[in-house]
Amino acid sequence: MKSPENTSSTLYLSGRKQKFIIIAGLIILLFCACIYALNAGSYHLSFDRILTIVHQAVMNPDLLKEIPFEKTVVIDFRIPRALLAIFTGISLAIAGCVMQALLRNPLVSPFTLGLSSAASFGAALAIVFGAFLMPFIPKEFQNGVIIFSAFLLGWFSILFIYAISRMKGSSSATLILAGVVIGYIFTAGVMILKYLTNDEKLREITLWLMGGMWGANWGAIIIVAPITLLCFLYLESKAWDLNTLSAGDDVAKNLGVNVNRLRLTGLFVATLAASACLAFTGIIGFIGLMGPHIGRMLIGNDNRYLIPCSALLGALILLISDTVARTIMDPVEIPVGVIMYVIGGIFFMFLILRGKHRMIT
Amino acid sequence: MTLVVEGLSVHYGSIRVLSDISFSLPLGEVLCIIGPNGSGKSTLIKTIAGILEPKDGKLLLEGQNLDSISRNEIAKKIGYVPQDFQFLTSATVLESVILGRRPHVQWSLTDHDLDIVNNAMRMLNIAPMAEKMLTELSGGERQRVFIARAIAQDPDFYLFDEPTSALDIRHQIDVFSMIRAISEKKDKSVLVAVHDLNFAYHYAERVMLIDKGRIVCIGTADDVMTEENIISVYGVPMQFISTDAGRYVIPDWKKADLNRAYADTTELTGDTSGKRSDV
Repeated sequence: MKSPENTSSTLYLSGRKQKFIIIAGLIILLFCACIYALNAGSYHLSFDRILTIVHQAVMNPDLLKEIPFEKTVVIDFRIPRALLAIFTGISLAIAGCVMQALLRNPLVSPFTLGLSSAASFGAALAIVFGAFLMPFIPKEFQNGVIIFSAFLLGWFSILFIYAISRMKGSSSATLILAGVVIGYIFTAGVMILKYLTNDEKLREITLWLMGGMWGANWGAIIIVAPITLLCFLYLESKAWDLNTLSAGDDVAKNLGVNVNRLRLTGLFVATLAASACLAFTGIIGFIGLMGPHIGRMLIGNDNRYLIPCSALLGALILLISDTVARTIMDPVEIPVGVIMYVIGGIFFMFLILRGKHRMIT
Repeated sequence: MTLVVEGLSVHYGSIRVLSDISFSLPLGEVLCIIGPNGSGKSTLIKTIAGILEPKDGKLLLEGQNLDSISRNEIAKKIGYVPQDFQFLTSATVLESVILGRRPHVQWSLTDHDLDIVNNAMRMLNIAPMAEKMLTELSGGERQRVFIARAIAQDPDFYLFDEPTSALDIRHQIDVFSMIRAISEKKDKSVLVAVHDLNFAYHYAERVMLIDKGRIVCIGTADDVMTEENIISVYGVPMQFISTDAGRYVIPDWKKADLNRAYADTTELTGDTSGKRSDV
């Protein structure tokens, strides 16, 4: 039996070991889901074949000219799509996790705070009116206009929410209501743009609103991957500071945290991560809530472990959902946003029925 | 090491809350701040804790202005236990105490950090409840957790903002005994804002009486807690009783009630010709 003196250390160390095991388990699960996602689809390819194609693409791309169809399926379609699902899942989950810690409210997420609607409006603006700017922008940066516009509007919505949260007497309910209001306003903006634009752009905006991985290509991955990874590393480096906020702003300040700067930079970085992905995928709800909530059940409240755990869960949920979305009614593909609404609804109903609603109130 | 406060003034917007506060706090001393509600006790504690910005004046640690020291370094020197706890998130006792190590760690806790956390939890007798959620604890237990967090922070100066305001008498004694232990066994300084004059009298080396944001008097309990000072600041008739166990201050309830009745009558009749001679 351990001595009482060591109880806390033992608890901490065994808890830490358990957390690393859970994170390692999630990495393995994500790897397996990735293999399945590359394998699944109308055109069946064995795992060996996929490995061979990837190996050739890296080592000797000329050989791929002999198998153009398989190359297109694996290299141009399935890998970027799986990667976009992974990075989007990571971005939305870490954004939700960090926003919940920063605003001390477990119900906030990019979706509930109206960021998704605002970013979609920004992207829709760029789609509809961006053509006027395109002649002045080099081709390789044209996607950047949509991202920048989505980010700008997403950031505006978060600034609005932040201002509300700083108002005296504002409660958790006020924040959520402010998010709902801002969501409605931007949704109205998107509807006006849809009404005014031509058929081609209307289709593009509509696809966005449904949420899906149709925008997956290597160009998107080159933009999304570094943004996601840098945002993840930054937010992870602030995990201790985020933990201190749970004790209240006064204690956090006394523990050496610049609370105002942390809130502003944290919200900025979380918004950047979420809106950069949303610009390519459209509205995808619930990941920012489900990832952190399941993460807390598995690993606890320590953001040092919760942020990576939420990121992996977000990636796993979105990758599996996207694979289901494109294979369940094969060859017809359904928007992954629809799947997420169904899963998210069932998940929160399950929480309520299990009496776990205290976790979300 | 000494904490020196020189000419400190603090404003809330255009309202001056503290004016020209000056005192010093050497290591190993317990200094109690007493004063009525709204006198500026919590504001003074929060300003020294780095939570509020002073308008004028200096805060010096070892002769060095706190403005020139990084937040993290200040956090290693000055710990704070707040008055109320509005943010009871779903953290465990162990997670809450570990937070105190934030100024000392980069990402991972070392064995040394864990030893300090262990000692803090053992000192406050909360090790058996390490896995409990804060929301499951009583007010007294939570108070011990928050003191343990400050001890885990391992500062030289502890700031307590009315640590016993929500506690019964037994837990009040527990908390003040801990405060004395921190000062005596660990040779640390404690600045504590309290409402209970008797605790200030019996547990502090020095007492600071403040009113309307200014220091009325600072010194030993006997020097500061005189009949004249207490009655003039609190506006309530007090009795000072000396016993074998020491001196005690208690309100004279009877006179206080008579005075209140008198005030109510003059308010109703508008007659202000009389005088409140008792107070």
